[in-house]
Amino acid sequence: MILAKVLGNIVATQKNVRYENASVMLCQQITPQGEETGSTILALNAVDAGVGDQVLIVQEGWSASTAATGEPGAAIDSAIVGVIDYIDLLEDE
Amino acid sequence: MQLARVIGTVVATVKNESLVGRKLLIIQPLNKDLKPQAKPMVAVDSVGAGINELVFWCRGKEASFPFKRDDTPTDCTIVGIVDSDEHVCCG
Repeated sequence: MILAKVLGNIVATQKNVRYENASVMLCQQITPQGEETGSTILALNAVDAGVGDQVLIVQEGWSASTAATGEPGAAIDSAIVGVIDYIDLLEDE
Repeated sequence: MQLARVIGTVVATVKNESLVGRKLLIIQPLNKDLKPQAKPMVAVDSVGAGINELVFWCRGKEASFPFKRDDTPTDCTIVGIVDSDEHVCCG
């Protein structure tokens, strides 16, 4: 799983049938310190995460499809599966 | 999944049987500001996308799931068309 911040959502009328009734969220990968890193990705919202939330995104198809739609076998490779309350990190020495 | 812009088409006469009749498009992955991120790639279309459209695509094994013949050899498939650039809502 990766850490990410929810930036917003996207609206698509024409999409794969398995995406019906799901919301596609625009997310930016972040470091454990909260800095933006990596690429912007899209993930289906399986936990009602909102804009600004720090979230956990699973990037494995079976898990993502099951979490987001209840069934595997969809063309879905990423899903938000958790909203982060806080992260405890060891301080730099 | 990632956002991308369709920037071209690919014509290939000789190809895997399962790809016959499929539209192959060149896509440029985009970041949140709709600026290019990473290199362009070839995607199989499953939703009727066309040149210059903003789309999103799925990577990996799941990319072959939109097709009935789920042995379609693809690791990159367009699975949705974003209504317009303004329909990418930040904040």
